[in-house]
Amino acid sequence: MNFPIEVNVTTIVARRGETILEALERNGIKVPTLCHMPGLNPTGSCRMCVVEVEGKPNLITACSYPVEEWMKIKTHSPRVVNARKTNVELLLSNHPDDCLYCERNGNCELQLFAAQLNVRERRFIGKKNKYKTDPSGSSIVRDPAKCIVCGRCVRTCDEIVGVCTLGFIGRGNQTIIGPSFNKQLNLSSCIACGQCIMACPTGALHEKRHSDHLQNALHHHKTHVVAQYSSTVAISLGEEFNLKPGREINGILNAALRKAGFDKVFDTTFGADLYLVQLAAEFEERLNEGGVLPLFSSDCPAWIKYVEQWHSEMIPHLSRCKSPQQMLGSIINRYYADTYHIKTEDLYTVSAMPCTAKKFEAQREQLTHKGISDVDAVLTTRELAQFIKLNGIELPQNDTELADYPFHVRSSAGKLMSLAGGQTEALIRTLYFRLTGKELKQPKIMAMRLNRDYKEVKIKMGKHLLGFAAINSIVTAHRVIEEIKAGRDDLHFIEVMVCPGGCINGGGQPMIKVPNALKIRQKALYELDEKDPITAAHKNPGVIGLYNDFLISPNSALARELLLTTYKKREVPL
Amino acid sequence: MSDLIDDIIERHVNIDRDGLIPLLQEIQSSQGFLSEDAIIRIGASMDLPTSKIYGVATFYDQFRFEPKGKVHFQICHGTSCHINHSIRILQELERLLKIKPGQTTRDGMFSVDATSCMGACSLSSVIKVNDTYFHDVSPADLKEIIEKYKSNPLNA
Amino acid sequence: METVTTPAKEIVDYLLHRKYGGTQPAMEEQLSRLRRDKVDHPVIYVGMGTCGIVAGAEYTLYAVKNYLNEKDIDAEVVEVGCIGLCAHEPVVDVQLPGKRRLAFSRVKAEMVENLLDNILNYELPAYAVLGQYAHPNQEVWDGVEALGNLPFFRLQNRLVLKHCGVIDPASLEEYLAHGGYSALERVLLNYAPSKVCDIVEDSGLRGRGGGGFNTGRKWKMALTATDTERYLVCNGDESDPGAFMDRAIVEGDPHRLIEGLAIAAYAINSTKAYIYIRAEYAVAVKRLRHALSQATQAGILGYNIMNSGFNLNIQVREGAGAFVCGEETALISSIEGKRGMPGPKPPFPTTRGLFGRPTVVNNVETLANIPPIIENGPDWFAGFGTEKSKGTKVFALAGNITNTGLVEVNMGTTLKTLVYTIGGGIKNGKQLKAIQFGGPSGSCLPEQSLNVSIDYESLAEAGTIMGSGGLVVMDEGTCMVDIVKFFTDFLQKASCGKCIPCREGSRRLHEILENITKRPMNESGHETLERFKGVLQLENLAAVMRDTSLCGLGQTAPNPLLSALKYFREEFEEHIFDRKCRAGVCKDLRMFSIDVEKCTGCTICARKCPTLAIIGAPRTPHFIIEDKCIGCGICFEVCKFVAVIIK
Repeated sequence: MNFPIEVNVTTIVARRGETILEALERNGIKVPTLCHMPGLNPTGSCRMCVVEVEGKPNLITACSYPVEEWMKIKTHSPRVVNARKTNVELLLSNHPDDCLYCERNGNCELQLFAAQLNVRERRFIGKKNKYKTDPSGSSIVRDPAKCIVCGRCVRTCDEIVGVCTLGFIGRGNQTIIGPSFNKQLNLSSCIACGQCIMACPTGALHEKRHSDHLQNALHHHKTHVVAQYSSTVAISLGEEFNLKPGREINGILNAALRKAGFDKVFDTTFGADLYLVQLAAEFEERLNEGGVLPLFSSDCPAWIKYVEQWHSEMIPHLSRCKSPQQMLGSIINRYYADTYHIKTEDLYTVSAMPCTAKKFEAQREQLTHKGISDVDAVLTTRELAQFIKLNGIELPQNDTELADYPFHVRSSAGKLMSLAGGQTEALIRTLYFRLTGKELKQPKIMAMRLNRDYKEVKIKMGKHLLGFAAINSIVTAHRVIEEIKAGRDDLHFIEVMVCPGGCINGGGQPMIKVPNALKIRQKALYELDEKDPITAAHKNPGVIGLYNDFLISPNSALARELLLTTYKKREVPL
Repeated sequence: MSDLIDDIIERHVNIDRDGLIPLLQEIQSSQGFLSEDAIIRIGASMDLPTSKIYGVATFYDQFRFEPKGKVHFQICHGTSCHINHSIRILQELERLLKIKPGQTTRDGMFSVDATSCMGACSLSSVIKVNDTYFHDVSPADLKEIIEKYKSNPLNA
Repeated sequence: METVTTPAKEIVDYLLHRKYGGTQPAMEEQLSRLRRDKVDHPVIYVGMGTCGIVAGAEYTLYAVKNYLNEKDIDAEVVEVGCIGLCAHEPVVDVQLPGKRRLAFSRVKAEMVENLLDNILNYELPAYAVLGQYAHPNQEVWDGVEALGNLPFFRLQNRLVLKHCGVIDPASLEEYLAHGGYSALERVLLNYAPSKVCDIVEDSGLRGRGGGGFNTGRKWKMALTATDTERYLVCNGDESDPGAFMDRAIVEGDPHRLIEGLAIAAYAINSTKAYIYIRAEYAVAVKRLRHALSQATQAGILGYNIMNSGFNLNIQVREGAGAFVCGEETALISSIEGKRGMPGPKPPFPTTRGLFGRPTVVNNVETLANIPPIIENGPDWFAGFGTEKSKGTKVFALAGNITNTGLVEVNMGTTLKTLVYTIGGGIKNGKQLKAIQFGGPSGSCLPEQSLNVSIDYESLAEAGTIMGSGGLVVMDEGTCMVDIVKFFTDFLQKASCGKCIPCREGSRRLHEILENITKRPMNESGHETLERFKGVLQLENLAAVMRDTSLCGLGQTAPNPLLSALKYFREEFEEHIFDRKCRAGVCKDLRMFSIDVEKCTGCTICARKCPTLAIIGAPRTPHFIIEDKCIGCGICFEVCKFVAVIIK
């Protein structure tokens, strides 16, 4: 039911049951918020969205108060603006004054509000809480001094991701946010997904930078620097350069990276195709030889860490395939380097990923040889954008170029890996061919394109009726694991992605500035799948060539050595 | 010691979230403090993340994360006691024992907490040593009290 | 000594059927014995409330028992709660056969022998006699004032505290003999829930926790909310420093609370209730748990209470120590096993509270008021108090007042009566400076406010709140800046940390006050200015905290400051401009001078002075240049001739 309410000097139409904030936003009136998270219950902790309502003695929070017919609301009266400003100043009074040195300089919500509210002097001066930064995590750096205790990361970790690593500790002005027992992140149950970074309005959480050495490596005459970048990066990097969201810029990116001094630029999507072929082979082997099923996907390092911590009994279910990043890393190290006579110690591999957990993955003990990783540095999309800017490269002005031989061709199936459900869709295409020798008539699996955190499809392949599920939430994954342990046996392959929506919404992605950016990114990838000449991993001529020339077959000893990995139980306080 | 924790957790098996604080209280009164180990075991038993349990425990004044000393001083910090200079008692105690509230001396002998009003406002300043109350205390009395307990910690 | 008592269950059954089955002489006599109308051996009552225990009542009790054992005297010893006269603890009462019960004050263990030697031989000691209780059938002690005539009791109207310190809180039978649980019986057997709500609404009873919302109306809101389950929560998280009435009620008369709670639960159709009580109140928690198990065994709680078909399960939750849990939404979070952080309202707890169900949160004192209201009807209750504030209110008198303790007065009594007549005025003949009213969120009222009548409206007009009833009296030796600083410090530590204005604001508020009382040691002029800049922000900061804080704690946190600024502004200005603390409490603001008579001119102070503020020729008296002095006190410490004095 709709009814009019008075806001400032105009009348807007409100709907029964909605909050004041929702009514205002629908009518184009913006009030600032810090703790508000659309879709979750309001906590009312930041008090930024306060408005003046006639008849109420105090200001009330728009995010939590339902609209009522009688309301006369003032959203920007002097009293309201002064209250917001004072609260921002109070936050600043306990905030390091080092914006210029901050990761989030220019991209910080607190900074933005301070500017909007015209904070121009330090009116409140007093003791600041002193905290040390915690650089221990392999992916995420925690800087509690910059935390404004809005609780968004805690709610993300709990209600969106579902691992509950971060929590409030202590009370009052001594409250901080951290892992259990206020330990270091590397000793915690953090799965490094980086969603907390995306939630953080300030620089209290950010990724661990890997780009610092890069510049040196690039300008060192002996070092052969190789780049690989994920298909997700290509689809979302443009946003950092004010290009149209969803525009795929592979070609421009290739050119830009070469300009910046990379010796070779490869497309990780090649690795994704390789992963899919290996995965299909592993699946077939397990299916035929009575191996452990259902098979769990293994490309999401956050998911892997989750299993190792919470469900180590399910490790046999995890696919032994390395992730696309690590597969390509191994192949670069062994095949590319050998073929082109590059000494391993001179090779420096950099990957650009939409993900923070990939930094952790690159340092996994099982993925290093003698302590040296196949991938030397992992950059997030944000770091890559900054690196490009640092090198003075104006992105849109570049011509498009192809990625480098031999890892330049990729299928659109590999690209779908960036989406929740996409991996399953891509796998089905290759697996169907592998099990039946025929191509799937309808390669688009619409059931996998729904926006749900649990998707399921059953497909007959030869004599087998196979169940595929794509899960996009740790909580659901936990539920399904419990079902499997209780005897559920109709599923054969389960894809799990931690970040909501998949890699396009990874913890290393650009902070979203455009509304619906996620939907646009998703749509763009599906459109690519329509146009691409190669739509299945096993049809990628590069991958076929690699098997013919080098790996022989997915089951060969060499393929196993280079492309498979192992997992082990991790003991952390859960 | 750990068996005791297990016993307590055992008795609270299948409790809902609202049983968490009573469980923590019982463990603390049995152990004197909440150890990491205890919290991890509670988490496993209740299927609750340790971060949540630790968050709850650190919110309330009652919970300690260091073992209590054999002699535990609680200094009342209510209004009435404040007017009667309880802060000086705390400062003197900090000076004599060289620890701050919430801490325990290295030999495990003494610990100090400032507590909220004990409700004996008419007899301020009030301190509680283990289970014994002392009223109308002045900073000068502390040395004697400490000495008394040093020789016999369990003596009331 | 042995007394044969009938189990509570049988008494309950008897009382239930008395109406129809007629009276049984044996049972009636049993009840009379429980009321101690007539005793055949001496009864010695020891006040064992927390305040009594702190004052040494345990030792007194031990001494009494020892004495009786040694002398082989047949006497009964009863541990009772607190009668309210905290200043006279440990209080011991003695009732001899045939005679009225006598109260004695400050009976320390070492006095017990002498006292009992005298009194057990019907000889009044010359000291420690407080007064005698009234009783129609007992002989009066000559020359002893009736307790009710003492100034402390004369103007009180003890409805809630009726039994406190009088009956044995550990005996359900005694409570029953005194008419206990008859209100519950009446409600369960005669009234529909909505009728109970009506009675309480008509009585005009308002929440005694501070909010002052009409209790009956609150119940109705929960009763009419559509849901299958409802909860009743008793808020006993009394954490205001200086308030201890809830503790006294639970310690002295736990069954009264349980009865009130059961009636309230029935009125809102709730079968599960929680009592949230501070863990620090160890004695109260123990007595409450004991009383609950007694009541359950007697069939007063549990399944099908008194055959009425009503079930009630009461659980005790010990508050783990967070002041903010006095706020109802925070209290609810805490019971749910979470961090006790308040949530936004609406939704109000009566719509969505504990476990998402309609919930009524009532304070201990509120619930303790219910049984007499049911017994005597709403009009009787409404006969006490003022137009809009009905009934009585319990106050905890503390601070520099002669009769510290617990008192209950009609609404509408003036502060003056409370402080001077009942409270006996200021300790040690000093001058009254301020009355801190309503806990840390309340206000400091000056002497001029003594004529304010104690009711919700008048107090609001005077700029304070009823609060839970803590009343701290302060004499001239108290520094108002210091006391406000104490409260802001209390609140900044009590803040849950959820919302910005309270979390950061309370700390800055405290720091600004700290700066006022701090001396600028080792500081350049610029830094001094910066420090004082905060003073200019005080009022804006207070207004924003009040305007935007999430819960009552933050909204009222500036109250002590604002009220003190209103009534004691000159004292703040003295601190700021003259750098002077007239009460001499703010140590940093001390000024020193040199007594010319005593100074020998040894020059040691001049040599030690870090700012060269002391001048004088050797062997002649020295002087301190005030402008240069930073008040470090080194001269005071080094002077061997006690010539340096604090001004």
